[in-house]
Amino acid sequence: MISHHTLNPKNSRHKRWVKGTHWIITMSFLALAFSGFVILMAHPRLYWGEVGNDLTPALFELPISRNYQHGGWEKKSPFFDSTGSPVSMSRNFATFNKNSWGRSLHFLAAWFLVLTGAVYLLAGIFTGHFRSHLWPRVNEFRLRLFWRDLINHLRMRIPSATYGPQYGLLQKCTYSVVIFFLLPLTVLTGLTMSPAITAAYPFLLKIFFGAQSARTIHFFASAILVLFLLVHVVMVIKSGFKKQIRAMTIGK
Amino acid sequence: MKKNQLINRRHAIITGLTSLTGLLLPGCSKKLPPTYGNILRMGDVLTYVAHRTLLPGQSLAREYQYGDISSFPAIGTTNPADPAKPFCNEAYGRLLSGAFTNWALSIEGRVARPRSYSLADLQRFPPRTQITRHTCEEGWTAIGQWTGVPLSRVLNSVGILPSARFVNFYAYDDYMESIDMFDAFHPQTILAYGMNGRDLPVPHGAPLRLRVETQIGYKSLKFLKRIVVTDEFVDKGDNGWAWYTGI
Repeated sequence: MISHHTLNPKNSRHKRWVKGTHWIITMSFLALAFSGFVILMAHPRLYWGEVGNDLTPALFELPISRNYQHGGWEKKSPFFDSTGSPVSMSRNFATFNKNSWGRSLHFLAAWFLVLTGAVYLLAGIFTGHFRSHLWPRVNEFRLRLFWRDLINHLRMRIPSATYGPQYGLLQKCTYSVVIFFLLPLTVLTGLTMSPAITAAYPFLLKIFFGAQSARTIHFFASAILVLFLLVHVVMVIKSGFKKQIRAMTIGK
Repeated sequence: MKKNQLINRRHAIITGLTSLTGLLLPGCSKKLPPTYGNILRMGDVLTYVAHRTLLPGQSLAREYQYGDISSFPAIGTTNPADPAKPFCNEAYGRLLSGAFTNWALSIEGRVARPRSYSLADLQRFPPRTQITRHTCEEGWTAIGQWTGVPLSRVLNSVGILPSARFVNFYAYDDYMESIDMFDAFHPQTILAYGMNGRDLPVPHGAPLRLRVETQIGYKSLKFLKRIVVTDEFVDKGDNGWAWYTGI
């Protein structure tokens, strides 16, 4: 089955900086997911490109607040005389929720995530944590082994915990995708929704195909991260909740 | 090897923490908008400081082609003189029925030559036309063409005093917004009297609205009435909405 590398015993427990950053990022992520949902409730429609509003077609709408319902719009007036001209319409209903505090909480939590994440990435590189624990070794990665690890996990045959950073192949791949792809992607797509930042760095709008595309990608990346969090918690429970939590907190 | 790694780790952490405090330090000075003792506002202030410190100065927001102009919802106040609404400004109603010929924008406060501008006065300034994306805090966006006078031209013509730090805008629907001098002198910050090649429609803020293209939509106050330049941050109280919304 999955071989756990026998390492220097000093390396066999989670480092303090890993534990610290792990929990700060966990709390930030929970605050971000919650406030992100509150923000999305204000306008639960997703689009592609630069433009998207109640008067233009959506990719899809989420029935998570009554704000997605149409109606309550009056005085449709075209801007130009041509047929198919873009129009202006006035909204005359109150929105279901205000996202003012949600936005402020989102950005406050984002500061914790970004700053802690930066410390974590620097520490991970300079201590060799990524190299020795997180990145799958070239000779270790075999599609067949990866597949077998995945099937075993799906059948809930979870390898017994090591209470340290001796991760299995699937674990290494998943953590790497979360740390080096999904979390940076949510940060970058989040920044692409900022008018001041896209003015300074217009390439962000190019690489994400526009402000609304960035918002849609932000939503999907966050949804996958929430899914990861749920699976991660299930795996922790299945492999010995108490001991795992102890290993990630006060355990030496 | 082990020892080297330890030092590197410590270095990394210390460097991280030092840069953090570097960002927080300006929070102690009086030059910032207040946080109302509110932890959420502290994050907003950190964002403001970071943007002003780290972003390259006065970059232009993306401008689009005429064909990119999109449908544009009008939200919030769509007519300050609507008798059906609990808030109804009769003075605005009179100006509207007179096609805004009696409308005037007063500019006062920390300026050398306070005065009022009629719409015709403002239209005599060299205009600027820009096709930009409006980003609403709710999450939607729309592209429109705006024609108006750059705020910097008007501020230069009244002569702002050296101590001036904020520009406050007051509207006929009783809203108030303020921006700092950095955004006030941004080339795309304009007082717009035209939208999509016509006079600014009432739902979008006739006769004159502010356009701040580097901030979220609600900063671009509609139905302008008065501009006051101040040395001090004018605290309109914590209504839940962040003051700086470049993000």
